[in-house]
Amino acid sequence: MQKLKLVMIGNGMAGVRTLEELLALTPSRYDITVFGEEPHPNYNRILLSPVLAGEQTVQDIILNPLEWYAEQGITLHLGKKVVKIDRKKRVVYAADGTEAEYDRLLMATGSKPFILPVPGKDLPGVISYRDIHDTEQMLAAARQYRHAVVIGGGLLGLEAANGLMLQGMSVTVVHLGEWLLERQLDKVAGQLLQQSLEQRGLRFALQAQTAALLAGESGRVSAVQLKDGTELAADLVVMAVGIRPNTELAESCGLYCNRGIVVNDTLQTFDPRIYAVGECVNHRGIAYGLVAPLYEQARVCANHLAGWGYGRYVGSVLSTKLKVTGIDLFSAGDFMGGDGHEEITLSDPVGGVYKKLVLKGDKLVGACLYGDTADGAWYFRLLKDEQPIGEIRDHLMWGENNLGDTGHAGENKAAAMADEAEVCGCNGVRKITIVKAIREKGLTTLDEVKKHTKASGSCGSCAGLCEQILMNVLGSSFDATPKTKTVCGCTDRNHQEVRDAIREHHLVSIPQTMQFLEWRTPNGCATCRPALNYYLIATWPGEARDDPQSRFINERAHANIQKDGTYSVVPRMWGGVTNASELRRIADVTDKYRIPLVKVTGGQRIDLLGVKKEDLVNVWRDLDMPSGHAYGKSLRTVKTCVGSEFCRFGTQDSTQMGIDLEHDLFGMWSPHKVKLAVSGCPRNCAESGIKDVGVIGVDSGWELYVGGNGGIKTEVAQFFAKVASHAEVLEYSGAFLQLYREEAFYLERTVHYLHRVGLEHTKQRVVADADNRKALYARLKYALSFEQDPWAERIQGEQKHEFEALPA
Amino acid sequence: MSHWKKVCLLTEIPPLGARVIQHPQGDIAVFRNADDEVFALEDRCPHKGGPLSQGIVYGKTVACPLHGWQIGLECGTAAAPDEGCARRYAVRLEGNAVLLNTEAAA
Repeated sequence: MQKLKLVMIGNGMAGVRTLEELLALTPSRYDITVFGEEPHPNYNRILLSPVLAGEQTVQDIILNPLEWYAEQGITLHLGKKVVKIDRKKRVVYAADGTEAEYDRLLMATGSKPFILPVPGKDLPGVISYRDIHDTEQMLAAARQYRHAVVIGGGLLGLEAANGLMLQGMSVTVVHLGEWLLERQLDKVAGQLLQQSLEQRGLRFALQAQTAALLAGESGRVSAVQLKDGTELAADLVVMAVGIRPNTELAESCGLYCNRGIVVNDTLQTFDPRIYAVGECVNHRGIAYGLVAPLYEQARVCANHLAGWGYGRYVGSVLSTKLKVTGIDLFSAGDFMGGDGHEEITLSDPVGGVYKKLVLKGDKLVGACLYGDTADGAWYFRLLKDEQPIGEIRDHLMWGENNLGDTGHAGENKAAAMADEAEVCGCNGVRKITIVKAIREKGLTTLDEVKKHTKASGSCGSCAGLCEQILMNVLGSSFDATPKTKTVCGCTDRNHQEVRDAIREHHLVSIPQTMQFLEWRTPNGCATCRPALNYYLIATWPGEARDDPQSRFINERAHANIQKDGTYSVVPRMWGGVTNASELRRIADVTDKYRIPLVKVTGGQRIDLLGVKKEDLVNVWRDLDMPSGHAYGKSLRTVKTCVGSEFCRFGTQDSTQMGIDLEHDLFGMWSPHKVKLAVSGCPRNCAESGIKDVGVIGVDSGWELYVGGNGGIKTEVAQFFAKVASHAEVLEYSGAFLQLYREEAFYLERTVHYLHRVGLEHTKQRVVADADNRKALYARLKYALSFEQDPWAERIQGEQKHEFEALPA
Repeated sequence: MSHWKKVCLLTEIPPLGARVIQHPQGDIAVFRNADDEVFALEDRCPHKGGPLSQGIVYGKTVACPLHGWQIGLECGTAAAPDEGCARRYAVRLEGNAVLLNTEAAA
């Protein structure tokens, strides 16, 4: 098949990222030609500020060296400006006469700095701040001259001013607004920023309008004249008053533009053969200037260029961070507030900390942080995910603090960490490794960091730290977790959509679900299949059949795989109670199968470690005890204290309550593991406060707590309900867990589920609504009626192939 | 002499599953995918030696049960950015019989 011809105009970050995404999808669909006006290969424009500040070199910020283009077979025309597009003949023409035909054209012409129309704007020494050339001119000027004026107190202007100051120039920033960064900060934060920059030596002229640029004797610019007559000495004037989408070429060939080349959600322009991405684009009325949304556009555009035809770009929420070393500020969303909004502020001008959170209803809609931005990523996530924050409102200001408590020495501020400090305690990843990977591989999302460095890939407790590092390295180009998290790379659907479809369309098998939801892969992957399997059996008990091949090995083998490939066996001891006969059998099994380690678990069970897979079924047979499900996303254990039968403080028979709960919930599969505890008095010896469902006996009945977690991040369970009877404990607990089973996403613990839906939501459905509670409990009982002891079934010969090896 | 030995029937391997062949040189995992193709790899993940036979099989890939490395069934190599390779063995179907040749590399 003859290859199609793809021509790209513009050789910047958005365009080249589109090509990278395209080549990953379909390496050979196109012959690709690229025209770039600059004489450089694709470089990281965001990092021009560190180059100007002398922290990095031009070489450091090259993203795609020339060899990359050669390896990909891309014809690269550097330093050639395209001046004409003939849409009829489908040919583009460069200024030097170079031509290229296209079947598909990708416009990535970026943006142009806005030049104030004032007298003297064309004088030597007056430049904008946009590319390597500008940066080099600024560096050269800094070596030769003394006075610089930066017009524009926005992000780019301040970064330029800071860089020039570090290069030894005396710099004044002229800004029209009342305070700095008025698009990113409110007045208070803007003033704090100004103070801090003034301390570093920058000078400011605010609410100042430039009237003219004056020439000196040499003909070079020598001063900036303001409207009020003031003159500021200037051997170099940098205009950083904004950018405009570069649509000149697009307009010249009659492509519809309106403050940007207008595209639809597939990044297609009004000419179906022509796509556009990046800063030159107007998507739903917005022209984006930060790299994260542009990379999202690139992903979608590549998908359509590849002919895959799915994926839409629906816009982005933005966050900002200034890349001036030592100054921490962050803003996102609607941080100005106003009518119908509420604000929570913390202001410590002396300490240099200011935080403002803007709320609307029970959602966070904006954040503006100065001085302490450690929680920026968290606020941004709350904002993008539109999570209800009603319940955490009173401590919202104090930050997430849910960066794990363990594994990184209590560090929670990435910026303050030493390069050699360990960020990910599971995989031993140091901060410098992550920073390097972000810089060298051009990573922009937490997912990419996880893939490339393994940091936060295991327990995930350092995900917040990794996000902060990303944010610090990338500054404004940082892209927090995507707005909608798809289940995995096999689909564009998120967990909610999948759960809804399974329920509403009565889907009962994995292939049926994948077909209905247009999965891209023939049989999914190790991420989506276990999720689908759970959703199916939880939604359609007795109808959907469990698929062992879509279960993680532990749930397939009904034992826990260990690092050497052996397994551990935990028999069920109801409520943590055992007897002489069980202990004798355990002892005999330990001897007979030469089990190397017998250990008491945190959940009051006995764990036999180091069992060979071939021995599993025989071990179970000899134990003659049911499965403890210590391996599953399922009911684990109900931990109990001694209770009123023996304990002199006990108010309730917690042991019997625990045994009954455990019988009641036996065999329950769930989105993630579920642990319970029952304590007989508020001394709480069974640690009910850190369980998914914790029950505490009091003299007048039982208190129920939900959403506790003793793992990576210790989470205290929240009070759920107070009930009088034993039967009510079973019904309320069961109904809550059924709601969790029906609504939570796969691998979401109760605490995370509650963070997402809100405790109040579950109370409404379980505590306040008796009919609904009974219905939930009945559905749980119905689902459990199909569950047998898996060990007993396998002793009877089920799934025999799983446990038998074949001789060679 | 032919080095091809019958190790099992195709139907003895669950679709999207694997069986372990106990071989003097070390365990060998024989995989079956959704299209009834068979593949054989040394039953050791190049990462930390996890038994690949116990992983979840999809497409022409198996995810190691220990740390989720994705190993290509045809090539034995780990998917980027991970690096490593599990040894391949020659395996083929003859009717319903699965034949393994441990002398020849695949």
